[in-house]
Amino acid sequence: MSYTAAHDDHHGPEKGLLRWVKTTNHKDIGTLYLWFAFTMLLIGGAFAMGIRAELLQPGLQLMDPQFFNQLTTMHGLIMVFGAIMPAFVGLGNWLIPMMIGAPDMALPRMNNWSFWILPFAGGILLSTFFMDGGAPAFGWTFYAPLSTTFAPDSTDFFIFAIHLLGFSSIMGAINIIATVLNMRAPEMRMMDMPLFVWTWLITSFLLIGAMPVLAGAVTMMLTDRNFGTAFFDATGGGDPVMFQHIFWFFGHPEVYIMILPAFGVVSHIIPTFARKPLFGYSSMVYATASIAFLSYIVWAHHMFLTGMPVAGELYFMYATMLIAVPTGVKVFNWVATMWKGSLTFETPMLWAISFVFLFTIGGFSGLMLGIAPADIQYHDTYFVVAHFHYVLVTGALWGIIAATFYWLPKWCGKMYNEKLAKVHFWWAMISVNVLFFPQHFLGLAGMPRRIPDYSLQFADFNFISSIGGFSFGLSFVLLTYIVVDCIRNGKPADARPWYSAKGLEWTLSSPAPYHSFNTPPSRATILEESQHS
Amino acid sequence: MKRLLTLTSALVALASSKAAMAEYGLNMTQGITEVSKDIYDLHMMVFWVCVVIGIVVFGAMFYAIIAHRKSKGHKAAHFHESTTVEFIWTGIPILILIAMAIPASKTLIDIEVLDKADMTIKVTGHQWKWQYDYPEEGIGFISNLSQSSKDVMDDREKGSAAKREALDASGDTYLLSVDNHLVIPVDTTVRFLITSNDVIHSWWVPAFAVKQDANPGFINDAWARPTEIGTYRGQCAELCGKEHGFMPIVIDVVSKADYAVWVAEQQGAAAAAAVAATRQWSEDDLMAQGETLYNTNCAGCHMTDGTGGYGPAIKGSDIANDDAADHLNIVINGKNGMPSFKMLGDSDLAAVITYERRAFGNTGSVVQPSDVTSAR
Amino acid sequence: MSEQEYYIPHGTYWPIIGSIGVTTLFVGFANQMHGVEWGGSVMGLGMAIVVFMLFGWLGTVVNESVNGMYNKQVGKSFRWGMSWFIFSEVMFFAAFFGALFYARILSVPWLGGADNNMFSGATEALETSKYIWEGFQATWPLINTPGAIGQSGVEFSSGFALVDTWGLPALNTGLLLTSGVTLTYAHHALRKGHRNSLVFWMIATIILGVAFLGFQIAEYGHAYHEGLKLTSGIYGSTFYLLTGFHGFHVTIGVIMLTVILYRIQKGHFDSDNHFAFEGVAWYWHFVDVVWLGLFIFVYWL
Ligand code: HEA
Ligand code: HEA
Ligand code: HEC
Ligand code: CUA
Ligand SMILES: [Cu+2]
Repeated sequence: MSYTAAHDDHHGPEKGLLRWVKTTNHKDIGTLYLWFAFTMLLIGGAFAMGIRAELLQPGLQLMDPQFFNQLTTMHGLIMVFGAIMPAFVGLGNWLIPMMIGAPDMALPRMNNWSFWILPFAGGILLSTFFMDGGAPAFGWTFYAPLSTTFAPDSTDFFIFAIHLLGFSSIMGAINIIATVLNMRAPEMRMMDMPLFVWTWLITSFLLIGAMPVLAGAVTMMLTDRNFGTAFFDATGGGDPVMFQHIFWFFGHPEVYIMILPAFGVVSHIIPTFARKPLFGYSSMVYATASIAFLSYIVWAHHMFLTGMPVAGELYFMYATMLIAVPTGVKVFNWVATMWKGSLTFETPMLWAISFVFLFTIGGFSGLMLGIAPADIQYHDTYFVVAHFHYVLVTGALWGIIAATFYWLPKWCGKMYNEKLAKVHFWWAMISVNVLFFPQHFLGLAGMPRRIPDYSLQFADFNFISSIGGFSFGLSFVLLTYIVVDCIRNGKPADARPWYSAKGLEWTLSSPAPYHSFNTPPSRATILEESQHS
Repeated sequence: MKRLLTLTSALVALASSKAAMAEYGLNMTQGITEVSKDIYDLHMMVFWVCVVIGIVVFGAMFYAIIAHRKSKGHKAAHFHESTTVEFIWTGIPILILIAMAIPASKTLIDIEVLDKADMTIKVTGHQWKWQYDYPEEGIGFISNLSQSSKDVMDDREKGSAAKREALDASGDTYLLSVDNHLVIPVDTTVRFLITSNDVIHSWWVPAFAVKQDANPGFINDAWARPTEIGTYRGQCAELCGKEHGFMPIVIDVVSKADYAVWVAEQQGAAAAAAVAATRQWSEDDLMAQGETLYNTNCAGCHMTDGTGGYGPAIKGSDIANDDAADHLNIVINGKNGMPSFKMLGDSDLAAVITYERRAFGNTGSVVQPSDVTSAR
Repeated sequence: MSEQEYYIPHGTYWPIIGSIGVTTLFVGFANQMHGVEWGGSVMGLGMAIVVFMLFGWLGTVVNESVNGMYNKQVGKSFRWGMSWFIFSEVMFFAAFFGALFYARILSVPWLGGADNNMFSGATEALETSKYIWEGFQATWPLINTPGAIGQSGVEFSSGFALVDTWGLPALNTGLLLTSGVTLTYAHHALRKGHRNSLVFWMIATIILGVAFLGFQIAEYGHAYHEGLKLTSGIYGSTFYLLTGFHGFHVTIGVIMLTVILYRIQKGHFDSDNHFAFEGVAWYWHFVDVVWLGLFIFVYWL
């Protein structure tokens, strides 16, 4: 059996810039996604620097409170929808076909559209800064009625941007499902699939279930704002809290959308550098599925203070606490994989270990937030901000960076500078903790989130946090240098640059050929490369 | 070199955080109600459980990192499954979670179920101030960020030295002080009925462990039984727009006797205001009172000199110079970004509207409290 | 092309055209809503680009399909794609059904003074209506909104007559269910290669769909006349958004069925290869099921 491109003479990429506009190749599209996400990370990060600069000292120094709120809002939105999600879709695009022995994605033309919607949506979103009344300033959670009756005109542009982003994500998810279910090498069974593929498959189901609900929520906002409906307005019999239910029905699965693929990445890296098969492959799969299932039934833990009935609060507290169990299984499995291994600490491994360490800390604070009575004191304080940056930055983003170092040799056929990469790791690792750890104390001491100015007792920790933030921000300059330097001047990399790395992607040359597998791998190869052999 | 830089910055951070620890609390307040203490205990319990689990998990991980490294010549084992082990580490967390859920449920039910309150206070959130009403006592007032904090904020153009001085002078109450404190008696169960007039706010007093969203059109409740006399501060805890960071809460918990005195005083003042609303005011009186009211309630959006900021300019505007009906209507009922001010008394409204119509070079008519009464 | 090969299309301009189209459409729409003069025309332009894109893109796919460039595996990818797309549509409707249930079961009773606390035996009930919406009675359908009870600034109209469940809605249920059956007959005919009967059942399905839309429009006119509007508060909001989005989906379905009929005439399908037909049929059944939900929860109960 063999696969062919549309025209047999076309095995390589087209020339010129138009290649990137027209491409249907999973690697090209993956690359586009990754660079787009990186750009957005820098933009969202620049907003975060603005936030930290204003919070460096008490008093209003740099900006008007309204602009501060715009920065916070756009920082959250850009990071979530522009940086983390597209980065994972990019990784999925690059890696999934290679990992399952396929030539490309199942629906390549749609794949192109999934990507090419993003720059337009991002453009619309960013353009709101230049509109009358400024960008949206109601937080990335855009609670009604602040986002309906009390929001500037630019909100309608924001709504359409969300529609587009949702459309892109749904198409991307459909594509991944179709690819995994239908394009797998004929000899590969589901339980032979590497964990990154599993986690992405499950993530796709989260996306398909959650994104349309978000689309529904913004549609109701749109009609409440412009066509006189009363979904979120008590005067007409609606309820602003209803918005929150709908939003978080999307929002909670959303946070797992941002972490499950990272779990997958780490499950590849740790076995490689422990020189030992992944511990508990099948329980990893089941744990991921349980997390995904649970994520649909815990949403109101973001709403403990909205005046829910006690019975509801109790239920959501219990369900939330339960998530610690499957997540714990994953953490324990990673540790057990390292246990009695033969460990080395190349850069990807450093990021993976620090992921396990710091994500778990974020998970612990999540568990604390899940205790409903205690959440009365935590809710909407910097304790929450600390929690979600531990899981998002040192979780999701760490997974992305780890994946970049791990697969970069496969992508561009060159090796990065290990020494610099290690310097960068320690720099980022230390400064990110200086940045976010003190925020726990701020929250507990009573500093609310989303405020541009604060009372004097919060001054010291904010100062430390901001310094850590600037240092962490600067570390991205080095990261950029390392990646660009690798692409331009790196030494050629082997097909399997990491000793004992398992996975079909390593059976391909480095850089990987334009069409991944022209002949699907045999059963023997698949078993040889599977994570539980 | 870079490593060195990071190291020093981390050290500096550590050192200054030591100082910070000495000076300020790192941890959640224990508060002054039974509920707040229960919550504190719960918080510490879960925290220590996490610490212990963390020590076990990270201990194992770092042990492997140190002992099982290739550079030490450790050879990789090949096990990759153990149903027993996996069973255990699924089961133990479940047990731990159940152990945590029991006290948590108890506390939660305590908080949500209130048998009998001794008194009720209605709390209404506005962009960006709180309104307090004592329905049984017939008292009500608005509580704004205090002028001293506003002055510090306004100093932002003056350069950092002056600002710093002003900041230090206002100390820990910067952004945490208001003009009218909420006053409640000690050892009394107070039920708060919380709602909002515009967007969602959240009424948070850490010392009471009360944080409850104020949803427009709905009432939420919360309660507290403070046990210690003193002044307690809190803030709005739900993003509610531009000045979300500037709508603090200050509560004086006073002895029951002091409370009775305070109530009598307030009731006297309210009665006087009601009388005042029925008489004709002189323009000077209206202007004098109007200026104060304007500066506390309106200047945030329309600016002290009436040139407009978040809200449109009042200076020279049609509405302030033409017939008073529209002017009354927009201030009483609000419109889009302009909040409704119907909670102000008739004389206050008359004063502030008159001020807008006669100050800044405007030449509109004088508005009397009786005009407001009929316009409502 | 043989069964063994997988078709990978290369370069395509349609997606970028599509992105430009939807962006133009949305920018136009937003400006139109804000009363900007050129909003409407830009919106129309965007719509035209999107339609152009759809024709071009799907046309290419049809061509490739007709020229036998696809195999079973591609067909299966399309099927997976279509089924999960429909699932995402289900979730979209779920958001609006969720809003309906939430309002009916929770928030409207709370507004009317119901206690939101299940453990409240001894508690003083939280009577929102006592403090804010004095005199408001929670009923469903919510004919008089809290704002219409005489509080300040009535924004939502009060008073409207309900649509009679057993009139047009019941008729429409019958039409749509029948159309599901006729479409299944068409499918059987296609599988057996009975062309004439296939065309007959397709036309029947389309007619039923169009009739449904006609009655739906008539019903809207009627409801509007009786005072039930988008601005009638939460009842009008859920009513029009649910039935409106459904009607929109029926419209799309009818258009797609018509295209399929055209392609049948052109002889694009045979008894084995007819993904497009199946995809549209699934979509139609999905629209059918949504209507059942609407009929039960919006019109009937
Ligand atoms: C990647 C994203 C991500 C992830 C993975 C998580 C994971 C979790 N989150 Fe988090 N969360 C966010 C992103 C994320 N969260 C964001 C963005 C917000 C704020 C949104 C906003 O308001 O803007 C938020 C807010 C948030 C809240 C609301 C707080 C508030 O506003 O008041 C709560 C409350 O329950 C919560 C809980 C949890 C829990 C219980 C987990 C669990 O999944 C964690 C499970 C993991 C562990 C517990 C550690 C490992 C386990 C073991 C080692 C086993 C043994 C452990 C025990 C038995 C304790 N999160
Ligand atoms: C999804 C991922 C994600 C990521 C990666 C980050 C990354 C960062 N975030 Fe956060 N953040 C959120 C998601 C994320 N965030 C969300 C969802 C919210 C809630 C929003 C809301 O309340 O609605 C939030 C809110 C939030 C707040 C609270 C704001 C408030 O409540 O008012 C703060 C404050 O410190 C903050 C800081 C930071 C910092 C310093 C980083 C850093 O890690 C960023 C580092 C990156 C860079 C700095 C860019 C790269 C470097 C350059 C461009 C060159 C160097 C430049 C300079 C040094 C100037 N974020
Ligand atoms: C939250 C900010 C805010 C505060 C506080 C505020 N206003 Fe306004 N005001 C606005 C906005 C925004 C508008 C414009 C409303 C519109 O027309 O959309 C406005 C409009 C007005 C107008 C009509 C101006 C015109 O030319 O149409 C008057 C009069 C007015 N406000 C008076 C007051 C008074 C009196 C107070 C204080 C008691 C006050 N405002 C406090 C925001 C505010
Ligand atoms: Cu009021 Cu925040
Ligand atoms: Cu959550």
